Amino acid sequence: MINFQYAKANDVADAVRQIAADPAAKFIAGGTNLIDLMKEDVERPTRLIDISRLPLGKVEETADGGLRIGALVPNSDLAYHPLLASAILAGASQQLRNMASTGGNLLQRTRCHYFYDVATPCNKRDPGSGCSAINGLNRMHAILGTSDDCIATHPSDMCVALAALEAKVRVTGPAGDRIIAFADFHRLPGNTPQYDTNLRHDEIVTAVELPTRGFATNYTYIKIRDRLSYAFALVSVAATLELEGKSIKEVRLALGGVAHKPWRDQTVEAELRGQTASRTVFARAADMLLRDAKGFAHNGFKIELARRCVIRALTQAALGTPQSQSSKKIR
Amino acid sequence: MARTSRTARPMAEIIPGPDKIPVELIVNDVRKRLTLAPWTTLLDALRDHLDLTGTKKGCDHGQCGACTVLVDGRRVNSCLILAVMKDGARITTIEGLATNGAVHPLQQAFIDHDAFQCGYCTPGQICSAVGLLAEGKARTADEIRELMSGNICRCGAYPNIVAAIQQAMGES
Repeated sequence: MINFQYAKANDVADAVRQIAADPAAKFIAGGTNLIDLMKEDVERPTRLIDISRLPLGKVEETADGGLRIGALVPNSDLAYHPLLASAILAGASQQLRNMASTGGNLLQRTRCHYFYDVATPCNKRDPGSGCSAINGLNRMHAILGTSDDCIATHPSDMCVALAALEAKVRVTGPAGDRIIAFADFHRLPGNTPQYDTNLRHDEIVTAVELPTRGFATNYTYIKIRDRLSYAFALVSVAATLELEGKSIKEVRLALGGVAHKPWRDQTVEAELRGQTASRTVFARAADMLLRDAKGFAHNGFKIELARRCVIRALTQAALGTPQSQSSKKIR
Repeated sequence: MARTSRTARPMAEIIPGPDKIPVELIVNDVRKRLTLAPWTTLLDALRDHLDLTGTKKGCDHGQCGACTVLVDGRRVNSCLILAVMKDGARITTIEGLATNGAVHPLQQAFIDHDAFQCGYCTPGQICSAVGLLAEGKARTADEIRELMSGNICRCGAYPNIVAAIQQAMGES
């Protein structure tokens, strides 16, 4: 870790002022990803601006009946919503969930082992240096939306649920507030993989807003990983349905562990709407969702794994039998 | 082939300033005033500045749980926390669990069930289990296992750790 200066932000406006004044500064809240990356010398901010005491720690109901989750609400306190709670409990450990903030979960780096290994080239860490993963050990890497410059995945579980729920991200910058749709918050790597999100350097996330539509009955979060707990996803799926009898009125499907951002394909969801919930229909949707998937030397298995996972998740959601995150049996 | 990366990144570039920062921590009910560089982790502050070496440094990356302590009653990885960010907080370490010379029920349960071999992960396991009992979310063995998954035991004492926590749960 390099030496750095430390300053506290007094309020949101002060935080924005401080970050805008220093291109080498970073915000710190929970620190669970940033401190780790600083210890590895991957992140090298020369100033940390402590936002952990800003008044952004509340969960409130919005005027239209949705929820506004303050950016500093710890992950462990977010058991307010069925799908969201399930995804959160599938991620990290209780210690990390106690520390990690809502805003920080969105802003943890999209990453891979080569990004962490400063002895190897990595376009995300050192733009233009090359990607070590494309011809390297890429078992954990992306199969959708990859580029020739980066095949890293976004490791969040919470964000996969937020993508399915069509959350909105409220941010403040020097020009005032703006709201970013969840689908537009994270980005694909393209030829600028050093940018994980569309948040600007001088902006701060103040809240994540959940719409009223809760999908409290027909939902699930399935996460497949190399060990049963405390490991990043090989593939994860958040699925929600609204059914009229067996007919699919509304559906959301988001995948983790497969792309540079939580992966959602609205053409597949549109195809499912109005159809009768059945294994055949779910299998067709899974095939469609993975039509452009591309495997590398060690992660080709993820395509079939994701396909089966999508079918299983839609089946669990249709039956109203969400995956248990403590008993690991997948039914 | 891509060009080689900046392999030899200078590990301790000198950034001008800042002076060390005063921090007050209430550690095991005792007020401690420290003056720390901002990059000092809570773990290093406990071990190197307060001589409380019960809290262990395992991976130093939040992956093993050996450094688990309670901050304001919640279990956290002290290796990923900057001490200056916890000014005024109440910290409980393994050294603070006994009361009036009597070990904490979880410490006794770990002894009763032989819930360790080398013992290196044990302070973190016990502090984590104290947090788990306070949260009140775990009831079954499956739930204990899942909610203790942030604490790795390479000796593999897991079955005995679960049994020890179940014993303490029954007493609490």
